[in-house]
Amino acid sequence: MAEQILQVEHLEKYYQKKHVLHDINFHVDKGEVVTLLGPSGSGKSTLIRCLNGLEAYQQGTITFEGKKIEPTEKNWQQIRQKIGMVFQSYDLFPNLTVMDNILLGPTKVQKQDKFAAKKEGLDLLARVGLEDYANAYPRQLSGGQKQRVAIVRALALHPDFMLFDEVTASLDPEMVRGILNIIQDLADVDHMTMIVVTHEMNFAQQIADRVIFLEDGHILEQTPSKQFFSAPQTKRAQEFLDSMDF
Amino acid sequence: MDHSGISVLFEGTNFQRLLGGLWVTVRIAAVALIIGLILGVILGVLRTFKNRPLRIILRLYLEFFRVVPTVVLLFLFYYILPREMNFNLPGDQLATLVFALWVAAEMSDIVRGALISVPQHQKESGKAIGLNRYQLYRYVLIPQAISLEIPATINLATRVIKTTSLLLLISVMDVINIGQQIIEANNHTHPTGVFWVYGLIFLFYFLIDYPLSWWAKRLEKKRLERANG
Repeated sequence: MAEQILQVEHLEKYYQKKHVLHDINFHVDKGEVVTLLGPSGSGKSTLIRCLNGLEAYQQGTITFEGKKIEPTEKNWQQIRQKIGMVFQSYDLFPNLTVMDNILLGPTKVQKQDKFAAKKEGLDLLARVGLEDYANAYPRQLSGGQKQRVAIVRALALHPDFMLFDEVTASLDPEMVRGILNIIQDLADVDHMTMIVVTHEMNFAQQIADRVIFLEDGHILEQTPSKQFFSAPQTKRAQEFLDSMDF
Repeated sequence: MDHSGISVLFEGTNFQRLLGGLWVTVRIAAVALIIGLILGVILGVLRTFKNRPLRIILRLYLEFFRVVPTVVLLFLFYYILPREMNFNLPGDQLATLVFALWVAAEMSDIVRGALISVPQHQKESGKAIGLNRYQLYRYVLIPQAISLEIPATINLATRVIKTTSLLLLISVMDVINIGQQIIEANNHTHPTGVFWVYGLIFLFYFLIDYPLSWWAKRLEKKRLERANG
């Protein structure tokens, strides 16, 4: 049996009185790619944000690399170095160059050697085809380029786990493919463990080992990807797939 | 016989004395601004924290310095505090203190406003790479806030410089006080001297404040161009 890297047990989340996540239970194996699917407002983003402490949860436990996470801000600061996250709104820091965006985490948080970190940053930039942009400012980049830098910025911390929260949702269609290829590459070449929230069904089908289908804050099913896309277990998942054009 | 008014400016050491007064004015404004800006940034950052009692205290501090007219503040510190609390400072140092506290109050509001207008996403992106609160403010939020707040800060500086004209009320030998003395001393020989002395003082203030306000406008315009482009 594969080694589990993340376990989520009985997670409950409320926004004031509104119950947004109900008894969430799942685990992720090392090297596994899980996609979170579900209609808008089903709680996908909220769930993925709970996993690196950007949202507080009221009950339940998250266990990462065998250790139960005590949900204090200080603990999360440690864990976030291990769990990289990329957002929908590619938020590079506009006051810093591309390279300084990448180096901020490695040199200030992890105290890596600046010279080595810079060399690695350049390698990572080359990998996403942006080696010429190290000294550019974010405003000089297109949306797709910014998002690639955001991925590099997360990878520069050497995470064991990556979270992608609808990273292509606000990109021009012609930019989407490039980003998805990078994520695919991370899965195929680096065997990176990741959770991907996406609306790109073809991509989800292609990259996922397993699908977690969420609706109204409940996990309705967790199914190996092949099975989910050919014969989902629940009627709601079938309706969801039928409603998506792919 | 009456002398031409303009000559009053160059009689004896009058011109040097006026320049000396201007130096007092500029020094008080500059020191108050430097202390006030540093203190204001710290207070502004503290005002974005969640701690409620802290926020209320700092808000009261801001409102006190904003609501009470500067003249009243100066009188309060100059006449009332020494008597009630045995707190004695020479007029120019006291003026510097009052102005610094005032600048800190106004600045805390400018800094707070700029910090909370940095998008929430920026904060989350910073947290997501493991930055702690200090690092988040130091590398992400404050640098972005500064570019938003520079024009407002320069405008505050021009206000402070103009308001130094109140210093004569607490007997500080600033440029206006000295001008007043020159006018009074020469009133018989130079009846139109008042026009020339105040004309020169006007010119002094204009030469200091106008470039500042031009600079603020230009920075603001550049910032907007960059934000839209």
